[in-house]
Amino acid sequence: MLNFVARRLLAILPVLLAVSLLTFLIASLLPGDLAFVILGDQATPENVAALRRDLGLDQPLWWRYLSWLGHVLQGDLGRSFRTGQTVLQAVAERIPVSLQLMLMAEFIGLLIGVPVAIACAARAGSAFDRFMTGSAFAMLSMPSFLTAILLIYLFAVELHWLPATGYVPFTEEPLANLRFFVLPALTLALAEWPGIMRVLRSDMIATLQEDYIALAKSKGLKPSRILFVHALKPSSLTLVTVTGINIGRLLGGTLIVESIFALPGIGRLLVGAIYTRDLVILQGVVLLVACGFVIVNFIVDMLYAVLDPRIRHGHA
Amino acid sequence: MSALLLTIEDVAVELPTPRGNLRAVDHVDLSLEAGRTLGIVGESGCGKTMLSRAVLQLLPKKAKLTGRVMFDGQDLVRLAPERLRRLRGRDLAVVFQDPMTSLNPVLTIGTQLVETIQEHLELDTPAARKRSIELLAAVGIPAPEQRLAQYPHQCSGGMRQRIAIAIALSCEPKLLIADEPTTALDVTIQAQILDLLAREQRRRHMAMIIITHDLGVVAGRADEVAVMYAGRVVERAPTQALFRRMHMPYTEALLAAIPKLETAPHTPLPAISGRPPDPTRPLRGCSFAPRCRYAGPRCHEAKPELKGAEMPGHLYACFHPIRMTERIGA
Repeated sequence: MLNFVARRLLAILPVLLAVSLLTFLIASLLPGDLAFVILGDQATPENVAALRRDLGLDQPLWWRYLSWLGHVLQGDLGRSFRTGQTVLQAVAERIPVSLQLMLMAEFIGLLIGVPVAIACAARAGSAFDRFMTGSAFAMLSMPSFLTAILLIYLFAVELHWLPATGYVPFTEEPLANLRFFVLPALTLALAEWPGIMRVLRSDMIATLQEDYIALAKSKGLKPSRILFVHALKPSSLTLVTVTGINIGRLLGGTLIVESIFALPGIGRLLVGAIYTRDLVILQGVVLLVACGFVIVNFIVDMLYAVLDPRIRHGHA
Repeated sequence: MSALLLTIEDVAVELPTPRGNLRAVDHVDLSLEAGRTLGIVGESGCGKTMLSRAVLQLLPKKAKLTGRVMFDGQDLVRLAPERLRRLRGRDLAVVFQDPMTSLNPVLTIGTQLVETIQEHLELDTPAARKRSIELLAAVGIPAPEQRLAQYPHQCSGGMRQRIAIAIALSCEPKLLIADEPTTALDVTIQAQILDLLAREQRRRHMAMIIITHDLGVVAGRADEVAVMYAGRVVERAPTQALFRRMHMPYTEALLAAIPKLETAPHTPLPAISGRPPDPTRPLRGCSFAPRCRYAGPRCHEAKPELKGAEMPGHLYACFHPIRMTERIGA
């Protein structure tokens, strides 16, 4: 098992390196020199040249990449020239919001998707199965801004159950914080559960055809044990992958949902950085989000091994 | 004569297919006494596995089953699901063909044994584990304690089949159905597994149904043999009587198709020519007639009924039975 973890860790190092290179290149290749952006329209060529020297922009690209990478490895991702805030500070401020949104959305998504998938697979082809598969398809094709507006209309405007927009940190007012998060998390979850449900349903249906399920039935096990112990675990590999991708995606914040519900998360930080051409923040945040994605997928790989002993022992 | 443990009465199984209904099992009657062994023999697709699934009530959802399966005084076909569940694994156990797919790959061997024991017997976990270790030892697994924590993929095919047998034996069933238990195994392992089944059967006084395509497997192991063809039982007899004097040309052809050591090298095997009939298009006459070298005009017109030969307990379905009088002893 340790060997397996070590091999996987070694494998993600080149991925992280490639991620850093791509992030750097994208930020460098964007039109508009950082020195012009900082100095504005009134800059003289001399001032621009001096600032370029100070920022190291006159150096060749590969040198700039190496020196940036060197700083990053020491934990210095740079500082916004507008606010003076470091990238790490800016991200540390916003990440709890995006993290909480992601966790709540995935939790609700799994809470709806997994039981529905199991119920559908257990009665594949039944009226219930066809209805739920159809609903999932309808949900999947609904854009999140529409879901968000409908939820706000129903729960905030008509019923007055939940606030439409806003945010307080969990540490200050836990209950109010949760109330603010319900609608945005539900919006995301309603887009997540169809994918979760469809993937798990089809894997479960395939698993239920297996010989070992027939044997489990012939052993006289209870139907619930057959579904939850014998069928769910071997069927959940794709589910774990999908959930991992979802989590990685939501880690980077959700532009639309954070904007609609006025949540100060990573998504809005990125949009702000793009509008103000804050390349240092942009580059740093993209790098961190990409690393987060890689790490989540590493955890997914580890979960495979937990779920399937054959992967753990290098058989499959 | 002890009481009948299992009687299969007029059992038919139909499977809907895009090309029409497929009659997998065509009105079969069989019976088995406690502690005895019945061999069901036939080539692929003859309905022998479907028949065993009908007994176990493990048919595909769309399959239509008619007839009665009386087991220990209860009709399994009409038994409530909860009562059927309590019966399965306890009184009625099964060993499937392929041990590579019949054990759950993500659960330890210990879990798969203990869950069966605890489902049916009032044992706490340490006692169930102890019983599991004894069972593994009984089926010839070395170091059984260590095996409990292992997963199926860490064991060889022969080991896995031994484990599957241990699971089947775990609650002392009255009837064990072994569905081609050795087909997926190496030849050297096959005899070991069959001997193991025979030994445990004697020890536990349990009845057994061995399903196989190989007459060699049932010879000397089954008390009675039923030969199936195209969903029907075409010959049924006590094993000795069957091998001494088989009446059905199909049985003879099956026996001839087994390779023998004493034949000269490069002798072609007398394989049965042609293929079994399309089960969605039943024939009017005997279903073996198109492939039978004894078939006459009558064989294509009418279906021969299963009827008794001169030996008690020997039944066959043929208009032109072989070896009726001409030879005694094969």
